[in-house]
Amino acid sequence: MAIDVKKNLRENKGLWIFVGVGIVVAVLLGVFVAPWASSSPDGLEKVAEDKGFIKKAEEEKPTWTHSPMKDYAFPGVKSEKASTGISGLVGVLITLAAATVIGLLALGLNRLHKKRMSAEGSPDAP
Amino acid sequence: MHIPDGFLDLKTWGTLYGVSGGTTAYALYKVRDRLEGKKIPLLGITAAFIFAAQMLNFPVAGGTSGHFLGAMLACVLLGPFEGFLVMVTVLMVQCFFFADGGLTALGANIFNMGIVGGLFSYYLMVLLKAPLSRWIGEKKALLSSVAVFSWVSVVLASAACAIELVISGTVPFNVTFPAMVGVHSLIGIGEAIITTVALVVVLQSRPDLVDAYRGPALSQTATAGEVA
Repeated sequence: MAIDVKKNLRENKGLWIFVGVGIVVAVLLGVFVAPWASSSPDGLEKVAEDKGFIKKAEEEKPTWTHSPMKDYAFPGVKSEKASTGISGLVGVLITLAAATVIGLLALGLNRLHKKRMSAEGSPDAP
Repeated sequence: MHIPDGFLDLKTWGTLYGVSGGTTAYALYKVRDRLEGKKIPLLGITAAFIFAAQMLNFPVAGGTSGHFLGAMLACVLLGPFEGFLVMVTVLMVQCFFFADGGLTALGANIFNMGIVGGLFSYYLMVLLKAPLSRWIGEKKALLSSVAVFSWVSVVLASAACAIELVISGTVPFNVTFPAMVGVHSLIGIGEAIITTVALVVVLQSRPDLVDAYRGPALSQTATAGEVA
């Protein structure tokens, strides 16, 4: 399935502008707003602290210890604001890529399915 | 309300892994019949926007903060199963790259925020919207139903989370349930505002890109392929 990039851009100009603006908004929020977000505990954490079961999480050894940006801090960056901002940028890009890959995966399944259906339906199919 | 490791026992998180894994497989199967190439970049930006917006904790009463969930917004913009897959993506990225939510609790977090706060709340929203749109028109019906049920989505997700804590024997029902639902009914107000404002913005610029909107698309923005 060859994709004519220029033709696609021309026909879906409005869509691509919308997508571009969406990415810019997400990056701006992640980089320039997130570092100034409230650092108070969230609803669940606060309840866990107040009711005394937060220790259950603190005592537990995490099952996944390879998170590169634990607690939204980018490793090696001293400034807390910059650290959060950079991890916000990286996170936005990772999420963008991951959701696109999942979408393409579903689209691939779709095309495979259609191909198989049409192969089964055609008289010269084996 | 991302649950860390240690809050849930094996039977609870194991069961919820099964439910969430099964729902994810079903969602991939479900969207393949209706997913078109044009929607792929929309999945990407919705996920990226939700990730960024979830970082923005806003203060609520008593030294507590809350953040946007985005499950209702994703389902309304993209369709329920596409929206669910976006939430799965966001939660997995948060778990694996940012240690936000434990790996054992990932299934539970997908259940709470993707299934209860996403799919289930979306269909409740549709139940309100359908009769309402005959009275006040499609656009007003959609916006008001979304406003109400994005609040509901956060409250239901927190209730599910509280019940899982109880079933795991972490904390008694009468201790956790009122506290969780109480604080999240405040956080839900923020959810309703952000979701409704974001939906208004998209409806103004590209109504044809809102899956749950069945009204007439603006003729000048709809491209030839989308009119049909």
